[in-house]
Amino acid sequence: MSEAARPLVTTRPDDTGIAARIEGSAIGDSVYRWMTTGFALCIPILLLFIALEVGAAAWPALKAFGFGFLTSSEWDPPHNIFGAAPAIYGTIISSIIALIIATPLALGVAIFLSEFAPAWLRQPVAFLVDLLAAIPSVVYGLWGIFVLQPLLRDHVMPFLSGLPLIGQTALFEGPAYGPSMLGAGLILAIMVLPFISAVSREVLLAVPRSQREAALALGATKWEMIADAVVPYARSGIIGGIILGLGRALGETMAVTMLIGNVHKISASLFAPGYTMASLIANEFAEATGDLHLSALMAVGAVLFVVTLIVNALARWLVWRVSREARS
Amino acid sequence: MTVVNTPRGPTPPTPPGRAFRPSGMQHAAAERTRTTIGRRRVVNVVMVGITFVAALVATLPLIFILGHLLKAGASSINWDFFTQIPKPPGEEGGGMANAMVGTLVLILTASAFGLPIGIGAGLYLAENRGTHLANAVRFLSDVLNGLPSIVMGIFAWQFLVRPMGRFTALAGGIALGAMMIPLVTRTTEEMIRIVPVSLREAALALGYSRWRTSLVVVLRTALPGIVTGALVAVSRIAGETAPLLFTVLGNQFWSASLREPIAALPLQIFNFAISPYDQQHALAWAGALVLIGIVLIISLAARFATRSRFGRGGD
Repeated sequence: MSEAARPLVTTRPDDTGIAARIEGSAIGDSVYRWMTTGFALCIPILLLFIALEVGAAAWPALKAFGFGFLTSSEWDPPHNIFGAAPAIYGTIISSIIALIIATPLALGVAIFLSEFAPAWLRQPVAFLVDLLAAIPSVVYGLWGIFVLQPLLRDHVMPFLSGLPLIGQTALFEGPAYGPSMLGAGLILAIMVLPFISAVSREVLLAVPRSQREAALALGATKWEMIADAVVPYARSGIIGGIILGLGRALGETMAVTMLIGNVHKISASLFAPGYTMASLIANEFAEATGDLHLSALMAVGAVLFVVTLIVNALARWLVWRVSREARS
Repeated sequence: MTVVNTPRGPTPPTPPGRAFRPSGMQHAAAERTRTTIGRRRVVNVVMVGITFVAALVATLPLIFILGHLLKAGASSINWDFFTQIPKPPGEEGGGMANAMVGTLVLILTASAFGLPIGIGAGLYLAENRGTHLANAVRFLSDVLNGLPSIVMGIFAWQFLVRPMGRFTALAGGIALGAMMIPLVTRTTEEMIRIVPVSLREAALALGYSRWRTSLVVVLRTALPGIVTGALVAVSRIAGETAPLLFTVLGNQFWSASLREPIAALPLQIFNFAISPYDQQHALAWAGALVLIGIVLIISLAARFATRSRFGRGGD
């Protein structure tokens, strides 16, 4: 009998096929259920493993230096003295520079794309900005070393230190010789911009029509509508996007390692080289001199892990709040 | 619409009659209104301009980077680049063929590890919405997505390289695969959610068991979207360097073995970029151009995969 001609369900009373198939499907169902549950559980298990492995490896250093590990700025592998303060400081400063530069630009892009841009311009510009997120970190680093760094050294830094008033402050002090906090912050700004603008655009588009129409009906101009009705409504989502960008900036490794100069020193000047937690690990891990050195680098990784975890959880919560409000 | 004069609401102002003659004070008020409106309009135009300039400035780095890549990379790309392994420092010529093979091996290893887990977890999340476990897994998947890649690198070193006593391609592949999981999970869940419930119900009504409905009907309908998600995930890990530094280590020679150190394109670019030799810098630019090309082709393929099935509004 051909496959097509066979009836789907036979009704012969002595047929045990149906019972067997129902039995079989019950087994299949529970196998399927267990398998997908197992795959889903892989995610918490993986995170738990990461936390345990990194935490355990970091423990000797954390035990040896205690809280001082975060506040001491002495990093001396030959004498087994480790303090991560310069790396923590550099991580924070480079991320702040990145956010200061990227946030206004990203908000401008998001507002332009969601409110002002003519329809034909929206897709291409959004695509170009999204492409920034697709460029690998190491390519940013390569471009940074050979294009951005000379540009900063020869033109931007002399210009900044030549500025009246702010040019004389400690921020722009010292010789401009290439690897610097400023360069790292700038490359980070380019890298986090697409993340901030993508999230902001999403939450701006999620603002209900009624909100816009009400503002326009009251006689607001388009900008007044945005500033008074749309942005305040989306505020916590936009802040979530900025914090998400912060999370990216804190953990970014390759481009920063290639540009920041990798020096264990806290300097007020943005022209001076520095370190970040991620670049410290990338730079010293392979050549770690002893067990405690390795453990100290693991501890830096653990601190980075905890900080990004908190930052990301906060960002998700803020974005989730806006989407929940928009739904209700 | 009729105006109903309710006691609670404000009454609309009565429009001035035909014989209305504005007094001097009213003239001044009207003048003030006109100038405010003028100022508000100017502010509006200025803000449109500022956001436009922001969009312009935001696209400039991309154009600069791609432009410079083309200029600096294209001159070093030749047949040797795709067929030769690197020459010792300072010698002319050489290529990155072994690194390209290595990146391919790493992508395949990562996909073999990350795709089944990601798709399985996505299926679970889509079919068990609202349960505590699903919410927890979704949140933790987001946490994993935000994990710095360098932390994934030291984890893989501690978990795989240290006990095994050697750097292996396998360790790097697993680190990259773990980074794919949250992305694949998220897109799989979203793609399965947009499959109409009626389709699932129709299959169940025809006597399909639940697991066959999920795998044969629902998963298959959502497949183009899941393929897109997988490609996006691959394009993201293809250029990752940080998780490879202490896992695959890099290799100057041919190797495709999972049990040996292996070369990878991003890693090779990094090593050549920080070297003092101009020849290696040129190869780094060429490698970056090829890497960007690979990433862009995969991203475009991802867009195309969705578009061809779901019509024009594919993204």
